[in-house]
Amino acid sequence: MFNFVLRRIAVAIPTLLILVSISFFLMFSAPGGPFTSERPIPQAVMENIEAKYNLDKPVYQQLGIYIWNIVTDFDFGPSFRYQDRTVLDLIESGFPVTLTYGFWAFVFAVTIGVALGVIAALKHNTAADYTAVSIAIVGQVLPNFVMAPILVLIFVLWLGWLPGGGWQGGQIEYIILPAIALGTSFLASIARITRSSMLEVLNSNYIRTARAKGLPFRYIVWRHALKPAMLPVVSYLGPAFVGMITGSVIIDSYFTTGGIGVHFINGALNRDYAVIMGFTILLGTLTIVFNMLVDILYAWIDPKIRY
Amino acid sequence: MLTHKKTNVEDLAENLGNETPVGRSLWRDAMHRFSRNKAAMAGLVGLLLIVLFAAIGPFVAAWHYSDIDWGLMGNAASAGQPSIENGHYFGVDDLGRDLFARTVQGSQISLLVGTIGALIAVVIGTLYGATAGYFGGRIDSIMMRTVDILMSIPYMLFLILLLVMFGRSILLIFIGIGAISWLEMARIVRGQTLSIKNKEYIEAAVASGVRPFKIVLRHVVPNLLGVVIVYATLLVPQMILTESFISFLGLGVQEPQTSWGALINDGAGTMRYGTLWQLMFPLGFFIATLLSFFFVGDGLRDALDPKDR
Repeated sequence: MFNFVLRRIAVAIPTLLILVSISFFLMFSAPGGPFTSERPIPQAVMENIEAKYNLDKPVYQQLGIYIWNIVTDFDFGPSFRYQDRTVLDLIESGFPVTLTYGFWAFVFAVTIGVALGVIAALKHNTAADYTAVSIAIVGQVLPNFVMAPILVLIFVLWLGWLPGGGWQGGQIEYIILPAIALGTSFLASIARITRSSMLEVLNSNYIRTARAKGLPFRYIVWRHALKPAMLPVVSYLGPAFVGMITGSVIIDSYFTTGGIGVHFINGALNRDYAVIMGFTILLGTLTIVFNMLVDILYAWIDPKIRY
Repeated sequence: MLTHKKTNVEDLAENLGNETPVGRSLWRDAMHRFSRNKAAMAGLVGLLLIVLFAAIGPFVAAWHYSDIDWGLMGNAASAGQPSIENGHYFGVDDLGRDLFARTVQGSQISLLVGTIGALIAVVIGTLYGATAGYFGGRIDSIMMRTVDILMSIPYMLFLILLLVMFGRSILLIFIGIGAISWLEMARIVRGQTLSIKNKEYIEAAVASGVRPFKIVLRHVVPNLLGVVIVYATLLVPQMILTESFISFLGLGVQEPQTSWGALINDGAGTMRYGTLWQLMFPLGFFIATLLSFFFVGDGLRDALDPKDR
């Protein structure tokens, strides 16, 4: 187990370096510098600016400085657009918001998804099963950017139950719609995965043995079937996390929740290289670390998986 | 045929040869199974209709997708609803442009992105996965480790980064989407190749001195076709989703061109003013397409995947 964890970390670190390097060289090779503007800046001023941001040094040194600042100070440099704000400021202001509704979306997707999947498998080929499967299919063709307007249409414009956007310090009514819009497609996938793996487990020999022993069915499901059936769900958590991170871009720009996604998309629309790079690296790092944790968790649950 | 009065043995043998029932190939078998699957057939019909809509729509539309109906500009909410008389079958958007023509144009772009993206993914993924799986050993572990690393990067953010750095263009979307979507394909193909490479016909090819790359191209890849087709059908909606996601954010196709994602974004922005048709028409086509692909892909998997039999 210890070796596996070590090896997994040994893979994650070069991945991170590759991620940072690729985004850095992309930014470097992009046409137009961050200070190119309609009005040409005098040569001397330009040189001073470039010296301040280390742009006069060779590329590899710039990359080195960039990585060093991130590692030591968690400093992604200043935003090129908002002169008085650094990328770190933007991250700090947006991250708690994203984390909050992301967490609730995750809870929503996992609890209801697993419950639906288990019910569908236990009541295989009944009306309950078909309902669950239909929900899963519908959830899969309704990605977050379709769910968001539909939810707003129903709950804000027609029923008027919930506010259509904003955050207000994270009161519950401002969290519900973003969390549901973000979580639905993952709920669908989790339900589908749970259903098929649960069906497989329920048909296995040891479940038959447990039944033959006369154990109560409820006990069999809880104690014997659920844990092995959860394995594929655990391995799906990695991709789900990635999807939620990217989905937050949609949620933040549609619900104006003020999470990190809105900074990312504003950075993209304003060509604020420092901001999108900082966010790509941050989110990429989170993704890689989370994938690593999921892999370790998986290996811990299922000792056969270690490779 | 065997009613000749004078049958000599040779004739009989010949006739018998002609009489043997036609063998049911894997494909014929699969087609039979597919055609009996109602959901899959409905999906196929739906897809054909949508493709037909995208193909002949421009000839039916009374307006060009970038033309503005000046009489309706600015009062789309009150006068721009769908009507047959003024030629705006789906109504107009808030700039007074014909939504029917725009939906047709959006469908063309979205379907094109989906198909070409999936095609790129299929070609790269199949060759890559088959090579890794067939050669095995160190080559395999290096190639698949690379895929693992690339997979753990949030590619959507990278695609956005690319689009911001090098300017928005439909070509870049094609390349970007295709270039990042082959990873899953490569994994699936590699897994299949591992089981194919131990088959007798591969052994026969090796024994008769066929070169490794030729074995991959001529003997491994054709036998992967079933799996590849199934996952390609599931890839197309994914590509459409990716493109719509990016267009929804306003980073995809550029005006006056449009795609489903961009249209849904426009419609979602204006639905507060009661112009629901601006959201519902593109949304309907989008959902219908995804559902159709979903059912067709599912049906193909049931028909072609030997595991599920």
